[in-house]
Amino acid sequence: MSAVIRPDAPVLLEIRDLHASVENQPILKGVNLTIRAGEIHAVMGRNGSGKSTLSKVLAGHPAYTVTAGSVFYRGENLLDLDPEQRSRIGLFLGFQYPVEIPGVSNLEFLRVATNARRKERGDEELDTFAFEDVVRERLSVVQMDPAFLDRSVNEGFSGGEKKRNEILQMALLEPVVAILDETDSGLDIDALRIVAGGVNQLSSPDNATLLITHYQRLLDLITPDAVHVMAAGRILRSGGKELALELERSGYDWVDAELARLDGEAERQPLEVA
Amino acid sequence: MVAAPVVTAAAAGSGAPALAWLAELAGAPLPTRRQEDWRFTDLTALAAIPVGVAAPAAGRALDPWAELNLPAGVTRLTGTAAEAQLGTALAASGCDQHWPVLLNGGARPALLVLKVEGDAGSLELPLPVSAGEGVAAWRLLLVLEPGARLELLQVPAPAPGQRQLLSLVSEVVLGEGARLQLGCLAQGHNHAALLHHLAVRQASASELQATLVSSGWGLARHEPRVVQEQGAARTRLLGLQRVDGRQLADTHSFVRFDGPDGELDQLHKAVADGSGRSVFNGAVQVPRLAQRTNAAQLSRTLLLSDRARIDTKPELEIVADDVKCAHGATVSQLQSEELFYLRSRGIDATTAAGLLQRAFCHEVLRELPAAAHRHDPMTALLGAA
Repeated sequence: MSAVIRPDAPVLLEIRDLHASVENQPILKGVNLTIRAGEIHAVMGRNGSGKSTLSKVLAGHPAYTVTAGSVFYRGENLLDLDPEQRSRIGLFLGFQYPVEIPGVSNLEFLRVATNARRKERGDEELDTFAFEDVVRERLSVVQMDPAFLDRSVNEGFSGGEKKRNEILQMALLEPVVAILDETDSGLDIDALRIVAGGVNQLSSPDNATLLITHYQRLLDLITPDAVHVMAAGRILRSGGKELALELERSGYDWVDAELARLDGEAERQPLEVA
Repeated sequence: MVAAPVVTAAAAGSGAPALAWLAELAGAPLPTRRQEDWRFTDLTALAAIPVGVAAPAAGRALDPWAELNLPAGVTRLTGTAAEAQLGTALAASGCDQHWPVLLNGGARPALLVLKVEGDAGSLELPLPVSAGEGVAAWRLLLVLEPGARLELLQVPAPAPGQRQLLSLVSEVVLGEGARLQLGCLAQGHNHAALLHHLAVRQASASELQATLVSSGWGLARHEPRVVQEQGAARTRLLGLQRVDGRQLADTHSFVRFDGPDGELDQLHKAVADGSGRSVFNGAVQVPRLAQRTNAAQLSRTLLLSDRARIDTKPELEIVADDVKCAHGATVSQLQSEELFYLRSRGIDATTAAGLLQRAFCHEVLRELPAAAHRHDPMTALLGAA
């Protein structure tokens, strides 16, 4: 299903026939996707298509149950790992709705998170002073005011500030695979440029990014190597960046036709068997 | 709700030798769980306290505050000047005959009466206790003259490992326009019990903020009781209690508006872990003359164990018709979305849960007087992170 863009690059994430449900309601119904080092993939689709579920399942949200299929991260079975372990080995989820945690200092939160990843990599953990130097340098990636470090995690942050804080976390954790769930939602164009600029700066031939988005406008600023359209819990079509432009022009109506055709096939099959 | 097994009057009174001495000291039998105010709090646990009076540790002679350094504007009253005002706030707020108050009176409390004038800054009042076992009692009266201001911190703590019952009764009289920020940071242990009454009379335009924090006691009971005598004053009550193991913490608050235009802002929080029990009862009385009262009460409990138990109840009596009285109670577990957010950043589940507990407590702890920081209240409450 997925186009091979950099055939020689190592596979970072391999999703095979992934099925998942929440509260016994099946949401993902057979997702296949292969992501290699250096690639940027975009998953698009309407609300309810399963794209946010895909991101949560990959990050290990306990409310979702994987019912079939597999996910391998650099050859390791990702689904065996706790969410914290997935983060430490280099998987990052940028949240659509970053959670406000009053009373927990943003700086301390960032430091604890950064140290968890550093420890896993065998790097020395940073004390408060050393960490302040590191974080101040990284603030420039998202043009964030240092005052946000002294506040509680996301508390009272605007939508744009929350998303910048997500990208700041990404800059500190230096993930191998970053999944950004609707990072563009609720952002004005200036905030969008800053966030997209941050993502572009952090992209390298050694890592990969999976953008989950509703709109083409993010893809004007971050050029994807592959675009996938999700509907009814699977990837319906994959292509290059031109697929996103096509969606922008013609909308998602064709998706319904395609789904109806697939459903028709599924319904006819038993008859043929009979 | 399951009917609680009732402690018989005999067991709570003269029939139980281990408690009889306490009844004798108070001059009244112990309350039983048949009484509405004690329905969830079983004082038979006090049977573990050995007979004896563990006097507060004295600085000189028998006065633990003989060497207390008072800030400018604060004077200590003694003799008849002191006694004239004793008991008025207890009587006004209807608790002078409460058993813990009677016990305090019978236990020969160390007595301190302070008059406050002008802006007196901040005072940390030590409540030193000797190493003996038994009852230790303090009685405090604060009179803030009109326009006076004070920040007061009390840190009652039992002697380590000693079976002690600490009895603290504080009375406060706030003159017109006076402002008191009071904090009580009470860190106990499993063998110790705390009975704490705080009775306040507020004149108009006065402001009271009382923040009562307790954790770790085998049994702790706080009764903040406030009367706005002419209304038109501001009262802010904050509470935070944490129980674990088989501990019990109970806050019974009472606020009455005896005039119009009064304000109350109350937040009570509890963290219940292990087989701990947390009780909150928030009484607010708004009689007919208390028009335009604006009162808000919120009780929030974090339930960390399925063996822990919470009883929380607002008790609003509103007769006046032109009032705003809001109340609410929530009991929740740690929010799964918050936990997942932290875990998705590599923070293990235990550490994440600890961070969220700290966040829950922070909202109340930050309201303690600045002097409380020296005691590292978060660590006192939750242990090292």
